[in-house]
Amino acid sequence: MGIKWDRFFITGDPLILGSQIAILLTMIGIVVLVSYLKKWKWLWTEWLTTVDHKRIGIMYILVGVLMFFRGGIDGLLMKAQTATPDGQLLDAQHYNEVFTTHGVVMILFMAMPFLIGIMNVIVPLQIGARDVAFPQLNALSFWLTFSGAMLFNISFVIGGSPDAGWTAYFPLAGKEFSPGIGNNFYAVAIQIAGIGTLMTGINFIVTILKMRAKGMTLMKMPMFSWTSFVTSIIIAASFPILTVALALMTFDRIFGTHFFTLSGGGMDMMWVNLFWLWGHPEVYIVVLPAFGMFSEVISTFSRKTLFGYKSMVGSIVGIAILSMLVWVHHFFTMGAGPGVNSIFSITTMMIAIPTGVKMFNWLFTMRKGRIQFTTAMLWALAFVPCFLIGGITGVMLAMGAADYQYHNTLFLVAHFHYVLIPGVVFAVFAGLYYWWPKMFGHMLNEKLGKLHFWLFVIGFNMTFMPMFFLGLNGAVRRAYTYSAESGFGPLMLVSAIGAGILAIGFAFFCYNIYWSARYADRNISSDPWDARTLEWATASPVQFYNFAKIPEVTSLDAFWYMKKKNKGLKFSNDELEEIHMPSNSGLPFIMSIVFGISGFLLVFEWKIAALVAALGILICLAIRSFDYNDGYHVPVDEIKEIEYGWQNKEKGVEKHVN
Amino acid sequence: MDGKTKKKEWKNMSTNVNTSLPLEFQTEQNRMNILGFWMFLGAEIVLFATLFATYSVLSTRYAGGPTPHELYDIKGVMIETILLLTSSFTCGIAIYEMHRHNKKGLLTWLIITLLLGLGFVGMEISEFIHYVHEGATMQTSAFLSSFFVLLGTHGLHVSMGIGWATMVIIQILKRGLTPVTARKTFIIGLYWHFLDVVWIFIFTFVYLKGLV
Repeated sequence: MGIKWDRFFITGDPLILGSQIAILLTMIGIVVLVSYLKKWKWLWTEWLTTVDHKRIGIMYILVGVLMFFRGGIDGLLMKAQTATPDGQLLDAQHYNEVFTTHGVVMILFMAMPFLIGIMNVIVPLQIGARDVAFPQLNALSFWLTFSGAMLFNISFVIGGSPDAGWTAYFPLAGKEFSPGIGNNFYAVAIQIAGIGTLMTGINFIVTILKMRAKGMTLMKMPMFSWTSFVTSIIIAASFPILTVALALMTFDRIFGTHFFTLSGGGMDMMWVNLFWLWGHPEVYIVVLPAFGMFSEVISTFSRKTLFGYKSMVGSIVGIAILSMLVWVHHFFTMGAGPGVNSIFSITTMMIAIPTGVKMFNWLFTMRKGRIQFTTAMLWALAFVPCFLIGGITGVMLAMGAADYQYHNTLFLVAHFHYVLIPGVVFAVFAGLYYWWPKMFGHMLNEKLGKLHFWLFVIGFNMTFMPMFFLGLNGAVRRAYTYSAESGFGPLMLVSAIGAGILAIGFAFFCYNIYWSARYADRNISSDPWDARTLEWATASPVQFYNFAKIPEVTSLDAFWYMKKKNKGLKFSNDELEEIHMPSNSGLPFIMSIVFGISGFLLVFEWKIAALVAALGILICLAIRSFDYNDGYHVPVDEIKEIEYGWQNKEKGVEKHVN
Repeated sequence: MDGKTKKKEWKNMSTNVNTSLPLEFQTEQNRMNILGFWMFLGAEIVLFATLFATYSVLSTRYAGGPTPHELYDIKGVMIETILLLTSSFTCGIAIYEMHRHNKKGLLTWLIITLLLGLGFVGMEISEFIHYVHEGATMQTSAFLSSFFVLLGTHGLHVSMGIGWATMVIIQILKRGLTPVTARKTFIIGLYWHFLDVVWIFIFTFVYLKGLV
């Protein structure tokens, strides 16, 4: 089959050799540690086969943290390379690979798993459900995301990383100009993860439409659930486009078709169109749930109900519709002409309207509120001005004529980092500090959290603010080096130092997770923030069936009013009934491994072998079709015992918020 | 559904069976599965719409290769169309028989449906082989790349549907008509009709438009 074994393992670069050794040692370390602790069975029964939405969510978040680390290292490498003129750390090829994987990893394997992870943990709780609509499908979604992430990540030690940018524009990404297999990894790994994401979207649409607690009409649904709902709809509407685009890319690269090639009648700009037809909605897929998290956090810590709830809902629906109508603004310079560019300029600027409505709603929620400056709230507060800078530079970029000047410069890079880091990463941190007790039964340390916050926010501004000015001065993106005469040196150095501070901030977050897991107080209330929504009506960590009795909802901020009116929270033992729960299944895990193997073989263009492996996927589907396991019932006595355990603990808890 | 049944459902939705509804809608899990499948079909519409858009952009880019006029054979395509449209009709009868709780009728019409589907797939494969022999492969031109991928995706869907429906038939034979098997059959029916609709678009926008 013409396997080029010499190209199988990447050799010759000390950085990559170091990574290969580190990966090998880590893997051996994990196997030895799990064996030493005799945890294999625990790992299989409690995690690998779980269908519990909370555990799946935690695994998503774990993937997010790991990928943040990986993508962050890529970012630091870029910053180290460009810190001084004529940097020598990376060569051009390696730099291309690093900025490509940085983009893909951060968007698809960091932001998405973080947000979908938090959606998984919180949405069923917020709407008063016991799980998602299709628990086993949910597990499959996670494992496919995991499988795609792993396949993408091995590219830099086996076979070579993709190097055509995270947008993989043709003709550069085609076989003609990128003959290696790096871009096959791009096409196949993202495909696998994308299928998982599509299924998550469908799963959450049905969950939110069909599984809300009695009385919770759509307009009484917490804002995070609303944003998750709209995000799921955008996922279902846009991910199939990515599926097709990547499939066509795979055909072009592996089977010699002519969709995007220069020869044979192909059209390279069609890739760009298809990519951004998915890619722009993707921006809102990641940013909408983040908006929802900020809404919850700001409302809780301002001790007020969310201002302008209906206009919030209206704006997220408006953003969702507009998100589908702006994709051409990513390539005004394509030459579609002033007519087309004007239309897309206008639709793009229109997005600022609903976003502005949301901004004012958050500000008015805080107005006259008794604001508590917890770590979660600090992230939300920092988000407002930082995101504003990102948004306003976005309106600048939206002007088609002016965009010819900004296009492909660091100004653009600064803009989207100012949108995505405050909009997504700050939100994820806010959400994690806020919901951590629900996931693990202890809080993250607030002191370490504030250190994390200040270092991260200062580092972030220091990294990306200079890039606006560098871009306006003509520094292009994706250039691995620049001369001293260009005068970019000082600002580039400031930016690099900022990246270091940002990284130290993230290190504090990781340390905080470790410290809190070891030392944080377990004797805390199940509602430590005095919060407003139903997830806080459960134990911390949440009992596996979520609610002993599904609460009845009469208003927005249901839990808050239950506490105020002291109504609807307590129930007598004879109201309890057996709870039906889904059984664990190893099939999603196994299926995703088969997907991964098949994808790996396809990446190396071993077509027959890939086809044989793909038969394994069909076999897994057939097994699933014949699987009639209907779950099990939790007996009333067990529920009583669990409920008695946590509800009686409430009296002697320590307060950690003031 | 009266208020009392509804109240009971809130308490225990996965095991409650409401026999006043058609078999496939009787449990809450079934209703969720069917709604989920509609959402999946929505995603499928986007997927095929993207492929149609690709085809329409590339459909005149022959790169010196064959054009639709030289290639398409309307007779074979008409037979394929009739086979698939008829199969959609027989699929409808199968679901009708299912609602009458007539297991034998359901199985008979379902098998007829699949045989028609097999006939369609067989003819499509032979059409493709014929094209390839004429030197019209998916590597020839952008037009043919998009033609083969659009039709291939549809054909693959039909083939998967045949395999999937076969498994459901085995389950009906083993377990009889239960809410679960009825739901699976109903969902297959939705899928089958959807593929039929896609074919109507292919027939119109690929074949007829290509021959005009």
